[in-house]
Amino acid sequence: MVGQLTKTERQFGLAIAVLVTLLGLAMAAAGRQDLLGVHGLIVVAFGVGAAFLVISGAHLPEPAKERLAHYYDDPIKVGIILSMIWAIFGLFIGVWVAALLAWPELTFDAAWSSFGRLRPVHTTSVIFGFGGNALIATSFHVMQRTSRARMPDQLSPWFVLIGYNLFCVLAASGYFIGITQSKEYAEAEWYADLWLVVVWVTYLVLYLRTLARRQEPHIYVANWYYLAFILVVAMLHIVNGLAMPISLASAKSYPIFSGVQDAMVQWWYGHNAVAFFLTAGFLGMMYYYLPTRAGRPIFSYRLSIISFWGITFFYMWAGSHHLHYTALPHWVQTLGMTFSVMLLVPSWASAANALLTLNGAWHKVRDDATLRFMMVAAVFYGLSTFEGSFLAIRSVNSLSHYTDWTVGHVHAGALGWVALITFGAIYAVVPKLWNRKSMYSWKLVEVHFWLALAGTLVYVFAMWNSGIIQGLMWRTYNESGTLAYSFLESMIAMHPYYVARTFGGLLFLTGAAVGFYNIWKTIKEAPAVQEETAPDRPATMPARVGTVEAGE
Amino acid sequence: MFGAHYKLERHSIGFALAIIVVASIGGLVEIAPLFTIDETVEEAPDMRVYTPLEQAGRDIYIREGCYACHSQMIRTLRDEVERYGPYSLAVESQYDHPMQWGSKRTGPDLARVGGKYSDEWHVAHLNNPRDVVPVSVMPAYSWLSRNTLDMSDFDLRLNALSKIGVPYSEEMIANAQADAYGQAMPNSDRAAGVVERYGEATNVRSFDGNPDRVTEMDALVAYLQVLGRLTDAAYRNDSEEALEE
Ligand code: HEC
Repeated sequence: MVGQLTKTERQFGLAIAVLVTLLGLAMAAAGRQDLLGVHGLIVVAFGVGAAFLVISGAHLPEPAKERLAHYYDDPIKVGIILSMIWAIFGLFIGVWVAALLAWPELTFDAAWSSFGRLRPVHTTSVIFGFGGNALIATSFHVMQRTSRARMPDQLSPWFVLIGYNLFCVLAASGYFIGITQSKEYAEAEWYADLWLVVVWVTYLVLYLRTLARRQEPHIYVANWYYLAFILVVAMLHIVNGLAMPISLASAKSYPIFSGVQDAMVQWWYGHNAVAFFLTAGFLGMMYYYLPTRAGRPIFSYRLSIISFWGITFFYMWAGSHHLHYTALPHWVQTLGMTFSVMLLVPSWASAANALLTLNGAWHKVRDDATLRFMMVAAVFYGLSTFEGSFLAIRSVNSLSHYTDWTVGHVHAGALGWVALITFGAIYAVVPKLWNRKSMYSWKLVEVHFWLALAGTLVYVFAMWNSGIIQGLMWRTYNESGTLAYSFLESMIAMHPYYVARTFGGLLFLTGAAVGFYNIWKTIKEAPAVQEETAPDRPATMPARVGTVEAGE
Repeated sequence: MFGAHYKLERHSIGFALAIIVVASIGGLVEIAPLFTIDETVEEAPDMRVYTPLEQAGRDIYIREGCYACHSQMIRTLRDEVERYGPYSLAVESQYDHPMQWGSKRTGPDLARVGGKYSDEWHVAHLNNPRDVVPVSVMPAYSWLSRNTLDMSDFDLRLNALSKIGVPYSEEMIANAQADAYGQAMPNSDRAAGVVERYGEATNVRSFDGNPDRVTEMDALVAYLQVLGRLTDAAYRNDSEEALEE
């Protein structure tokens, strides 16, 4: 790993690691009376670990020039493995919190293991840990392949990957010990938020620098989506994260917005985290791995353009549909609803574009579980975007809001779309990265596929039932004109569905564990490809490449 | 249009700028006016701020993730108003950094839970909900009565809040620790200052029933008991016409 870095890069890497260690020490010292101190120690551990890694490879010779004739894939490999580790961990916590709603005693008499603290650990681990690492890893893969260019250096991808995981660890560990801003899907405290900004800017610059080296005149559509993902997530993260720390020696801060403004900013963020993290990023993934796996070109270039700009424009208006009938001014609610409904057009254009790409390759979908993962993901994408527009309609939302229907909807998207497209992409890319003929066992890919699909369906059907029953019970009146059910009665009615949901989650987790095993075995044991697959190399660089600026 | 796009997608910086512009419009149109239009937040001259103890309870509410199961936002729907009380007004969460409107009701809405139950009920319920409501799926928070409340940085907390718009006076900030202690220790010499600074209506009592020390339970119950009671605006509001079935 370190052997691939040039001597200068090793020096810079060491300098960064030392800097991070010093930062961690400062945090640990300043925050020794506070939870901040604990996080300081975690930062120190990361810094020291990274420094140790660099030093252990310092004696290795300078890497050969020949490396420049290949893509740089080491960080991608690590990113994929990290992504799978986060998946298993995050899904496990998910199954646990699901079980807690059916059997509330299934925990320890300790603060860290109570539902309210575990829930953000679950969401952060699966969205940012699993999803984020998969996005970073695949984006490194896709941007190099579609640009036919190697990344400009070897250090910045490592900085992005390791730095991002430091953020995830700070976030998730913080919730266990009680560090949180409580802003859903953005619970991390101020210093972790600041750190993520540094990592994210590096990521953007790395992406643009790689694009600037491209040997293709056009930027391929998958990159549009990855770019939108990086840029808009930066905007959302910075605005929603604005906060006033109570002191530099404390982990605690207060977000600068309050009440109704905070609610609007929060759901502008929250809904667009769905849009640009969980949708745009993964559409980028789909636009590369689905056509390459199917061996078919994208069905329509024009449809890609329409859906890309439609999604980028419309989504940003839709967040206020999370606040129907609340104290948010009525006109903002109406705008949110209108744009949410219009969103269906570009969303379905994307889904259709993906499915029509498969025309002529349906026999492959039947035989190849990897491609089937991606196909079913596109179907779930279509279904959940339809459901999303439907739930954004005020009168529908009056029933569904605050109920499990929302949770079911989110998981139709998160399991059915995000996780399935990711598993598909990972199964497509792992044999290539490790230079294997195929996955260790195609049968286990099949097993994973059916476990994942069954788990998703059980989960989503359980939540549709519980959500709709709950919503109806809350609003049902007796003949005498009084409310028919107490809150407790509605809660008791949920029990069988909460049991079913836990079971669905368990199926899904088992599938992911099977996938992890299969990936591990592929890396360790699968037979290697003998001669190198010739075309998977960057185009030869013209001499002036070092001076090429972004944008031509 | 497709021709222009064909050119645009040859320029990575241009493309990135186009994304930023297109993506900014929605947020600017919807969010910026919320800070300037007067009608966004109603007038409520009687609206008071949280005492240091209540604010500490709020911070515990956030730390424990109560918002994952409880909303604090009664919608303008007839059944909600009948179940939980007058619908929530923007002014009621004016000083809430961050708001706790929530998104999921695994448990009931808490926007107006203040005064609904006795302190003893809350303490028993938080300690183990199933002692009070046998079928409850709410977690037990038994450590709250065990943990002494750490008040060391309450002045910093109030000070940070005052910097972002909560009207705490310098006197309130300077006395944050004393006021937090006094509110849960009615017989101490510090109790009087709380009422003086935060008003006659402030609850001053031992919330957790343990007069020897101030615990996290004291703070959380003090917070729960003030939910929906910082102003009467919602009760004065002529709500009928805005309601929907
Ligand atoms: C796992 C979800 C969950 C979490 C987390 C949770 N609650 Fe609850 N809560 C419930 C449920 C379900 C009920 C209804 C049953 C009952 O009264 O115990 C409830 C009821 C309540 C009630 C009574 C409301 C009424 O009007 O009857 C209060 C007060 C309350 N919770 C406070 C809290 C506080 C404070 C926290 C955080 C420390 C919290 N809850 C965390 C699920 C939860």
